[in-house]
Amino acid sequence: MNDNTACKLPRRRTLGWVLLEFFGSMNLAITLLVVIAIASIIGTVLQQNQPYPDYVLKFGPFWFEVFRGLGLYDVYGAGWFIGILAFLIVSTSVCLYRQTPAMLRDMSRFRTQVQVRSLRGFHQCAEWRLPDRDPEAALAEVTDALRVHGYRWRVRDHGDHRVAAAMKGRCNRLGYLFTHAAVVVIGVGGLLDGNLWLKLKEWRGEIALETRDLAARDIPPASRLQPGAVPAFRGNVMLPEGAAANFVFLRLRDGYLLQELPFAIELRDFQVDYYDTGQPKSFASQVRIHDREHLGDQPLEATIRVNHPLTYRGHAIYQSDFGDGGSKLELRAWPLSGARREPVEIKGEVGGALKLTGPAGPLTLELDEFRLFNLLPEPDARPGDRKFRNFGPSVGFKLRDAAGEAREYLNYMTPVQLEGRWFYISGARSRPGDAFSFLHIPVDARNSPERFLRFNARLRDEDWLRNLLERSAPAGESPDFRRDLNLVRLNLVGLFAQGGFAAVSEKAKAVVPADRLREATALYLNILRDTLAEIFVEVLREEEVDVERNIGEGEEAFFNDAVSALAALPNYGTPFYLQLTGFQQVEASGLQVTHSRGTAVVYAGFAFLVTGIFIMFYTSHRRLWAWLAVEDGATRLVLAGAGNRRQTEFAREFAGLQTALARRLGPPEPSAVAVPAAEPPPPNAPVTGATAPHRSTL
Amino acid sequence: MAVTREAMLEQWEHLSRRPGPMVRDVLWGLLVAAGSGYAWLLYRPYMDGYEVAIQIGGTLALIAWGLYWKPARLFTLAVTTLTVLALWRYGADFELRKSDFLLKYFLESQAAFMWMSLLYVLATATYFAALFGRSEFAGATATALTWSATVMGLTGLLVRWRESYLLGADIGHIPVSNLYEVFILFALITALLYLFYEDRYRTRAMGGFVLLIISAAVGFLLWYTFDRQAHHIQPLIPALQSYWMKIHVPANFIGYGAFALAAMLGVAYLSRARAETRRPHGLLARALPPLELLDEVMYKAIALGFAAFTIATILGALWAAEAWGGYWSWDPKETWALIVWLNYAAWLHLRLTKGWRGAPMAWWAVIGLFVTLFAFLGVNMFLSGLHSYGSL
Ligand code: HEM
Repeated sequence: MNDNTACKLPRRRTLGWVLLEFFGSMNLAITLLVVIAIASIIGTVLQQNQPYPDYVLKFGPFWFEVFRGLGLYDVYGAGWFIGILAFLIVSTSVCLYRQTPAMLRDMSRFRTQVQVRSLRGFHQCAEWRLPDRDPEAALAEVTDALRVHGYRWRVRDHGDHRVAAAMKGRCNRLGYLFTHAAVVVIGVGGLLDGNLWLKLKEWRGEIALETRDLAARDIPPASRLQPGAVPAFRGNVMLPEGAAANFVFLRLRDGYLLQELPFAIELRDFQVDYYDTGQPKSFASQVRIHDREHLGDQPLEATIRVNHPLTYRGHAIYQSDFGDGGSKLELRAWPLSGARREPVEIKGEVGGALKLTGPAGPLTLELDEFRLFNLLPEPDARPGDRKFRNFGPSVGFKLRDAAGEAREYLNYMTPVQLEGRWFYISGARSRPGDAFSFLHIPVDARNSPERFLRFNARLRDEDWLRNLLERSAPAGESPDFRRDLNLVRLNLVGLFAQGGFAAVSEKAKAVVPADRLREATALYLNILRDTLAEIFVEVLREEEVDVERNIGEGEEAFFNDAVSALAALPNYGTPFYLQLTGFQQVEASGLQVTHSRGTAVVYAGFAFLVTGIFIMFYTSHRRLWAWLAVEDGATRLVLAGAGNRRQTEFAREFAGLQTALARRLGPPEPSAVAVPAAEPPPPNAPVTGATAPHRSTL
Repeated sequence: MAVTREAMLEQWEHLSRRPGPMVRDVLWGLLVAAGSGYAWLLYRPYMDGYEVAIQIGGTLALIAWGLYWKPARLFTLAVTTLTVLALWRYGADFELRKSDFLLKYFLESQAAFMWMSLLYVLATATYFAALFGRSEFAGATATALTWSATVMGLTGLLVRWRESYLLGADIGHIPVSNLYEVFILFALITALLYLFYEDRYRTRAMGGFVLLIISAAVGFLLWYTFDRQAHHIQPLIPALQSYWMKIHVPANFIGYGAFALAAMLGVAYLSRARAETRRPHGLLARALPPLELLDEVMYKAIALGFAAFTIATILGALWAAEAWGGYWSWDPKETWALIVWLNYAAWLHLRLTKGWRGAPMAWWAVIGLFVTLFAFLGVNMFLSGLHSYGSL
């Protein structure tokens, strides 16, 4: 115990000493633990590594810059965060450096220098007066008991008294060493596997982030990393079926780097399996590894699944994502806005863009995604019902006008049954985050949207309408009245076709005095409905339906659904309805490739950590002392002890030891009972504040 | 409740001399080994090398558990008997759960969970009645209720495991795969930890407080069942189809359970400390468990939780390395696990190296529960990430 000497000799306050004192201080350590915990929260609340424009949208340009400066979009890679982690590692190392010698010494040293006074101050202490035994015999009894309890001891004769100093559970100290060494090891290993190397290269100007959207072969050398350029990386690549790549992309902040691999991965097939319920059951990529140098002409075949990566030459390849690899789609564009009825056939590929001409100028059709399955909650299920239905294939696309404004659509290929009737469904939205609002096109007898679309086209065909209305106007009225009525009907249909029911009510509001508004609106709507019905019947007739006999509930329901859909059309926002008529799916598999040199180091750290923690918690370093002297012709025996952990268990052990001795030596002196209270506490009551003398070395 | 020192010492001596327990220990070991061997004979064709190794390890662990803590034996026997009974009633027909009387009202997993819920709530009330009424009998009843609830809960989980296979061979999986299932696990583990400390410290005074958090979990579970229909067995998404799940999740919940227990003891500590200063001779100050006891058990629970949580996080890292391509991705769930871990590391250091005790540590343990709760629930509810399958 050199604490005393340390107090007497004033230490020289060299810089090194001050630094050690600072880094090794417990207060700093605890502060660091809390600070890291709090700092880590940031990255969980703010989604990390999103595209930068998203952040601009979220925070506005000013705060965007501030947060970027603070590195908040990649907190765990930010210099300051890594700095605090490094601080913790340094602090723990210093702590280890300072504690280890004392602990090792503590493990091997029996403390035979003790004052009887301090022994009597121990929580666990018992005292005997033994008139009929000499110290030698008493000591023999004590050491017997110590042996039974697994202690090792050393006896020292101080002349007027003797001390037997015993201890066990020395390895508890190793627990401390293991645990804290593990923190350092894991920390260092983790830093090795992090982005540190990239940062270093970036900082030295050896590499530059690429922020443009380029094909892999066009990426300039400054943004390319050769195999082995960094010891650890984690990158992704999306491979369409049939394609191969010998590189992955490393995403970093608002850009990326291309990491070349020492081999090529070819995706032969990507498969998704489903449960009977329609939920995905497995994602699997069949790949081939091409590596002429190590494999020759015989590529390595393997299947990679979620939870079952492939490791090849220190690179682990994971199934991490999937998508579309350019499925070929056949589409039919049905005009919605004019009198034209014939659809246009289009062929395209997911990921591609097509130029179209709309009535209001050129449009770009961007085919974004194709899905074979759409497992969605039942439309009429209560929330939480967990009933799902497969809605079949769908295509997602954007229509971008000349000004660059885009509207997004999601069209299902097959009709969907809702409330007993069948519809083609198409969702539209003008902003990415919004919910889709759906257009429900009723399905005709031939399972096609055609009847509805012809109905719609007829509404917009003025010559045809005029002709029809003239033929069907009520006979017997004056020609003037017929002309006026037809004009009204034509106008109403026109208004409805352009703006739905809302346009009709607006118009009524504009031309009718307020007191008669309700009445007039109702009248207008009636006329409109009748007219629409007439048009509809004509459309059926054109289909060669026998309208005199064959109009029933089905047609009526169709008519009602069609009118609802027509009323919604003005908000649909595209001049045509795009029907998916055929596809040839090409899937793509997202693979992640990682190469990490630090893994072994970190895993070793894990092993240390667990071992250390268990040793520390579930063993304890216990010391016992027997102090013996001859006083007034009798032998005095003072037995005391302390453990650095697990006080209850130690109290129990001490009690056992005391009882064992009491059986041989007689009962201890009552005054020496540890807590001389009226009613002794149960031995398994917690013993707090037991201060083992060796704690002072900390 | 408190045993005198003499009595305790006597018992101590007894334990070391009496041969009776030895025989029972051997019997216990043989019984478990025999049961495990029988299961092995039945399922041998379906098991691979790992699974055999796991079964051997599990058998030894179960034997050790029963040797270390005697009440675990009766518990294991009760759970096994009920589970086997349920499996026998089921045979291979899942639909029997609606018609077989025993299954429908007692052993079908959903029924078992309802029994568990009821018994835990009753136990909570009974513990408080025992505490304030100073009734030994009520206390013993509360303990029995808690044990029964735990038996029902674990039986329910095991039966549910089987039920998932009855639903479809490819659907079957261990019931620790979603929030609903792990909430039951949480209640069970917290209760078992509590029962352990109750037994070791020979006091029932802490029961009401600990059972409060279990009742809260039960309340959540009922809401989740009836409002959200979360109790249906769902097939496993590919990300969860891994052996690691079977050990990672339970290890985590030993941690969560221990931290929750510590926090509730913190609440008891603060209540008593407050009562002692306000009305030192009032009922509260006398009836609540002694401060020193609370302080010690709180420490033990946090230490155990910390050890379990360390293992769980490491297992999670090993799993992540296999499933996501890296042992650490700073995914919100991972990060919050780290936050919880650092928080309790700080707590332990303050106690051990700075010698802090008492109210501040109790407060910290209570706050720790909120941190833990966020890691376990909040992340799923509010944050997105790779762990997002566990959402409400
Ligand atoms: C992430 C970082 C750390 C972790 C996980 C950690 C973990 C632990 C644990 C679990 C204990 C045992 C507590 C108990 O038994 O109740 C402990 C004890 C201790 N820690 Fe740390 N620690 C860390 C960092 C530090 C640092 C930086 C220092 C030094 C400044 C330090 C100094 C100590 C000391 C002196 C002890 C007491 C050892 C004994 O008495 O045997 N720890 N640590």
